[in-house]
Amino acid sequence: MHPFTYVAPRTLDEAVAVLEQHGERARPFAGGTDVLVQLRGGRFDLDAIVDLKGVPEATALDLNGSLRIGAAVPCYRIYEDSAVAAAFPGLIDAASLIGGIQIQSRASLGGNLCNASPSADGICPLIVHSTVAVVQGPQGERRLPVEEFCTAPGANVLGRGELLVALEVPAPEKGFGAAYQRFIPRNEMDIAVAGVASALTLSEDRATIASGRIALAAVGPTPLFAAKASAFLAGKPATPETFAEAGEIASTEAAPIGDMRGTAEHRIELVKVLTRRTLAIALERAQSNR
Amino acid sequence: MTTTADRPAQEFKVVGSRPIRHDGVDKVLGRAQYGADLKLPGLIHGAVLRSPYAHAVIKRVDVSRAEAATGVFAAITGDDMPVTAPKMVDMVEEVTNLKWSSQRVMAHGKAVYRGHPVAAVAAVDQNTALEALKLIEVEYEPLQAVISLEDAMKPDAVIIHDDLEGDHLGEKVSPTNVAEHTRTEFGDPEAAFAEAAHVIERTYTIARAHQGYIEPHSSTAFWSPDDKLTVWTTTQAPFGVRSNVATVLKLPLSDVRVVPMEIGGGFGGKIGLYMEPLAAMLSRKSGRPVKMTMDRKSVFDATGPGPGGQVTAKIGVDKDGKIVAATADIRYMAGAYPGSSISAATAGIFACYKVPNVRIDAYDVVINMSKTAAYRAPGTPQATFASESLISELCETIGMDPMEFHLLNAAEEGTRRPDGPVFPRIGNVACMEAIRDSDHFKSDLGESSDGKLRGRGLATGYWNGGGNRSSVTISVNDDGVVSLVEGNPDIGGTRTTIAMQAAEVFGLPAHDVHPTVVDTDSVGYNDLTAGSRTTYASGQAAIEAAKQVVEEIKKRMAMIWETEPENVEFEASVFQNKVAPDQRLTFKEAAGKLGQTGGPVSKTGTVNVRGSGGGSFAAHLVDVEVDQETGKVQILRYTAAQDAGKAVHPSYVEGQFQGGAAQGIGWALNEEYYTSPDGVMQNSSFLDYRMPTALDLPMIDAIVVEVPNTNHPFGVRGIGETSIVPPAPAVGNAIADAIGTRLYQTPMNPSRIMEALANKRNGKNGH
Ligand SMILES: Cc1cc2nc3c(=O)[nH]c(=O)nc-3n(C[C@H](O)[C@H](O)[C@H](O)COP(=O)(O)OP(=O)(O)OC[C@H]3O[C@@H](n4cnc5c(N)ncnc54)[C@H](O)[C@@H]3O)c2cc1C
Repeated sequence: MHPFTYVAPRTLDEAVAVLEQHGERARPFAGGTDVLVQLRGGRFDLDAIVDLKGVPEATALDLNGSLRIGAAVPCYRIYEDSAVAAAFPGLIDAASLIGGIQIQSRASLGGNLCNASPSADGICPLIVHSTVAVVQGPQGERRLPVEEFCTAPGANVLGRGELLVALEVPAPEKGFGAAYQRFIPRNEMDIAVAGVASALTLSEDRATIASGRIALAAVGPTPLFAAKASAFLAGKPATPETFAEAGEIASTEAAPIGDMRGTAEHRIELVKVLTRRTLAIALERAQSNR
Repeated sequence: MTTTADRPAQEFKVVGSRPIRHDGVDKVLGRAQYGADLKLPGLIHGAVLRSPYAHAVIKRVDVSRAEAATGVFAAITGDDMPVTAPKMVDMVEEVTNLKWSSQRVMAHGKAVYRGHPVAAVAAVDQNTALEALKLIEVEYEPLQAVISLEDAMKPDAVIIHDDLEGDHLGEKVSPTNVAEHTRTEFGDPEAAFAEAAHVIERTYTIARAHQGYIEPHSSTAFWSPDDKLTVWTTTQAPFGVRSNVATVLKLPLSDVRVVPMEIGGGFGGKIGLYMEPLAAMLSRKSGRPVKMTMDRKSVFDATGPGPGGQVTAKIGVDKDGKIVAATADIRYMAGAYPGSSISAATAGIFACYKVPNVRIDAYDVVINMSKTAAYRAPGTPQATFASESLISELCETIGMDPMEFHLLNAAEEGTRRPDGPVFPRIGNVACMEAIRDSDHFKSDLGESSDGKLRGRGLATGYWNGGGNRSSVTISVNDDGVVSLVEGNPDIGGTRTTIAMQAAEVFGLPAHDVHPTVVDTDSVGYNDLTAGSRTTYASGQAAIEAAKQVVEEIKKRMAMIWETEPENVEFEASVFQNKVAPDQRLTFKEAAGKLGQTGGPVSKTGTVNVRGSGGGSFAAHLVDVEVDQETGKVQILRYTAAQDAGKAVHPSYVEGQFQGGAAQGIGWALNEEYYTSPDGVMQNSSFLDYRMPTALDLPMIDAIVVEVPNTNHPFGVRGIGETSIVPPAPAVGNAIADAIGTRLYQTPMNPSRIMEALANKRNGKNGH
């Protein structure tokens, strides 16, 4: 491992400045459960690691109808906050799933997003919650939908000197419900063979879907927003038949490869099954969200 | 739970109890010294540059820039290895070409597996050493990698070793990748098949699976200026390492001292040499002690898992379901050098049955992957996956209950094992009966609430176990506590099980015997901790030493009591004068009188236990639930019954049953080397090499069956290995029962189960 410096900025501006100075040779550091493992595995060499845990904007967790999750907030703080847990069970599905208890005490959803793994468990739930990524850089702040954040396996939209500050999750509307499930062959400590997050908002009649969002993990180069399957849901009755059809459509939007974690055919099947299963849970949650 | 099929006449005081292990406190407190914990004055750290190619000519290696880097003390390449010329020698584990033994640890001219060491450096710290590796220049000419049986065995195959001379049924063949083809025959299988009421034949593919010990290999060496070498290493075979290091480095045997460190799992994978000779050469060059520790990726890439391969098995039965003949064709991929336990596979494949006519062909084939190593009952789980899956399918076809089939055909005392030996008293039937009588067997499978499919599977398994050479020295302290010195690294609680056997002789509590595992200069020769031999054979050395101690103390008591030694009796830990019964001293009291009666008492028991460990049979029963929408298999319930002869420490025996079952479930469900066509393992981490975690397993019920072994004074059998033999077929049979179709390949992972279900829907079967 190439020797590197540990930098712990106290302000966003300081963080941006160090990142800009080093460019590719520096990386932000939230929980470190990806970056340290990759560094030790020889994936890249760095001159500096920039710890964001001293930057107030990156470590704040604010619930005010909408939810603002600082980019370095570890998963356990999200699911241990009972108000957050009650309002966003679809996010908790992911926060309480990543790794195990030790990992969750360090790992952040921000790090999960920036790491841009196609199989990340945190990104699809953020997508179906219509989350906005708040980015700070030398030119100031910019905001973009989470589904536009990842560009390729391990790559994201951030330019030189830019970092993710926080994730803004809109307040759930009445009749909104969301869920995430992944498939792994074991019962823990595994990487998704496929994952699906689903969200739906029920109409006033509480039987028709007003709108829905579906996102797919580990079946493409990035986590995918399944636009067609999502659009299909609008105006449909919230029934198992609708969910099954949404699964079929979602499976056409998936573009999986076959690898050590599962075959392409298996992944396509899993998209169908997990779409059905997550929509059913989302519906239950929507029905109890009056 | 313990069932005693046939209660032994002996009554035991210590053997059969469950004392806390002697090394427990050190291990719980993190004080136990494992390989990587070693600290020495002046210690420096080594690192290995490994071949990125599975098969390549090494045209040039230049370590000069690495050697010149700040903080680097030494660098070596294949040219530094003393032995480079071919020569056949008898190593501890096998007869092998000395050139290969040397080249396996450091490539010379050619890399034959991905991860093959090409150069090594030693530096002031590990990071400096790793950075220095980047300065080494290597010019490779990649060759086509041979990574399948098909590629290795085809007529125009790429040849891995020009100097490999194959032994094909006694004929010398060269060039070839088939190191050995053996055949075992008895009776006339073809004639018997022709007359059989039913014959079934299937081919099975078994994946290469790694032992997955938690502790990576770690070795430290110090080459002293007087050419004496000390090696501290994490090994199952300190005496084997001593002789193999001496051979490869051309040192006199007794100039090498091997200190076995505490070992964090081995399962057969820590027998051969890996970094010991490299650390030694780096130490020789640098004058410093050098420590080398593998990372997990190197453990997967460059150490030996159990072999994968292909097994075709055929069985014929008469109208009553009695086996009339069986044949098998076993092909194992040994990895880059020969030696894949095909003889154990031959012994094990049909061992649980009476087979009047049999033929078994076995092939040991080299491919461009790291040399395989022993892995718990080496070679047997693979072959048994074939035979026990086949028998389950046969029972299905002929409509016979598998339990009934097993009991009808079970090998027993006097049955000839297919490869020749005749069984002594064994617990094969007793294990089956223990399963038949278990709550699990009698229980209902139950139904899943959400449409998942359930099934139950049964399978048997066998492992012979070894005996061989052991030495144990026992010394009596003034306070009546005895110290026991042994030479087998303790993987499965053997400090305690050996100590308990001595304690039994003395009538002392287990904790009044203090066992220590020492280096190769400090105890007589001991064969390795493997082959289920340690409790069985080293236990006999301990019994032998303890008996000598008792005899010696009898003489001392005779001196005190002014009588003949024959008059002194020893029973229930008391010495007594037969002639004057009020003259009696407990062992502890007697121990205090040794100083005045001729000095310290210290005795060594040495044994060379001929023949087997008595053979330990097992029967396993498993319930699974399959999610037919995702292919996921959940193990619901698991019961393992196995014959321990006499369980010295029942908790450790149960632990061995459970551990073997857990590993075998891993083989069944998810473990494999997922390899690219050019021979690069893709899943070389614990994240993607999917061993079962605690959440993937139910509590495994262990039934300890005790049919005493006539070869051991207390009836003990070696039990460490059999437990990995039945799980893969048991799980496979349960899956077949659940989903109504069969998989002929391990691992039976979710993608494959989905494929099998799709094939079933389309009217195809898997064989
Ligand atoms: C044992 C283990 C199990 C795991 N299991 C799972 C799992 O089940 N599911 C799953 O999805 N993942 C899993 N992971 C991966 C990892 O834990 C998650 O991706 C986690 O969410 C990463 O968060 P972190 O805070 O640790 O990120 P870090 O490692 O700190 O950062 C990740 C990447 O993002 C960059 N980064 C971090 N913060 C910012 C920022 N604010 N702005 C710009 N770039 C930034 C870093 O430079 C780095 O490249 C596992 C990892 C381990 C070691």
